[in-house]
Amino acid sequence: MSKFRKKDKGDLPAISTASLPDIVFMLLFFFMVATVMRDSSLMIENQLPSADQVEKLKKDRTIFIYAGKPSSQYKQFGEEPRIQYNDAFITVEDVQSSINQGIVEMNEELQSKVVVGLKVDKNTNAGLVSDIKQELRKANALKVMYIANTKTEEF
Amino acid sequence: MAKRAAPEVNAGSMADIAFLLLIFFLVTTTIEKDKGLLRSLPPIDDTEVEPPVIKQKNLFTVNINRNNQLLVEEEEIPISELRQATIDFLDNGGGTNQAGERCDYCKGKRLEDSSDHPDKAIISMKHDRETTYEKYMDVQNELVAAYNFLREREASRLYKKYYPDAEKVFTAMLEEKEKNQFSKDEVLNERIETIKKLFPMKLSEAEPDKK
Repeated sequence: MSKFRKKDKGDLPAISTASLPDIVFMLLFFFMVATVMRDSSLMIENQLPSADQVEKLKKDRTIFIYAGKPSSQYKQFGEEPRIQYNDAFITVEDVQSSINQGIVEMNEELQSKVVVGLKVDKNTNAGLVSDIKQELRKANALKVMYIANTKTEEF
Repeated sequence: MAKRAAPEVNAGSMADIAFLLLIFFLVTTTIEKDKGLLRSLPPIDDTEVEPPVIKQKNLFTVNINRNNQLLVEEEEIPISELRQATIDFLDNGGGTNQAGERCDYCKGKRLEDSSDHPDKAIISMKHDRETTYEKYMDVQNELVAAYNFLREREASRLYKKYYPDAEKVFTAMLEEKEKNQFSKDEVLNERIETIKKLFPMKLSEAEPDKK
């Protein structure tokens, strides 16, 4: 019965760490994929207002429009608040065509549910915002989300 | 020439390198979640239909001037009182709605000179072109808060039994809907619609005057 004789007992075999790099790489890839590099660099000051009645935004169906005063790097554009879409300044008249273009580039089944996210600096005049809204109505993109920071409720 | 076997590369430090990268990405990742106030704009209406006449008492006017002062129903008030004033207006229930029903769930004072029914109550907001966006958002936030407060109240009156642990019943319902977005829950959707119908959001914004 020597075949079934127990091998020398005692010391537990060391746990193999050979798969450790695989695990770490898996985590690494997850974080690499989850990391969002800001896709359009802001050319404006963008301090968001705060609100406490906020809802979450569904990113896949959102087109962002930024507005605010040109930041210090872009002083040549003056002091007046400007509208930024993707990587360029646009005028109020261009909003409609930009939005339409943004909708066309979107996933087809989400096109009807498009939300326009307005990231507007809090020191901007509300008149500019209502100009944008008027253009959005013309582009028939009627769902708007005023993006804001969450304010902790003060009660 | 003797053939030399290539020495095996030591892969022991692989884990270290991977950890280094991992920690770098861990630190730099900010999983951003944008939040905000969701509103619907009215579609452009070219039809020449005469707008219906709205009684003054069913209209709650909110004006913000260029100096960020708030004028509500022809009276200047601080923004901290706006929420309560809006709730009082919406919840007044002094008369009947289109179908001639009284608002039996309203807990307001039933004043003669305030709104008849939440169905009829309209908030009309107007701002100057030079109002700051911050102030505009503050006011929007308070108005939405008033609706949310009333809807929350009705939700806990009607459906508290289904969500005994929830502090905010309406929020819990909306969260559940969000969670089950791929399997539609008809009962839940109907309940949410019921609540929304009790206090329909009627918030109209006038365009600021052009100079």
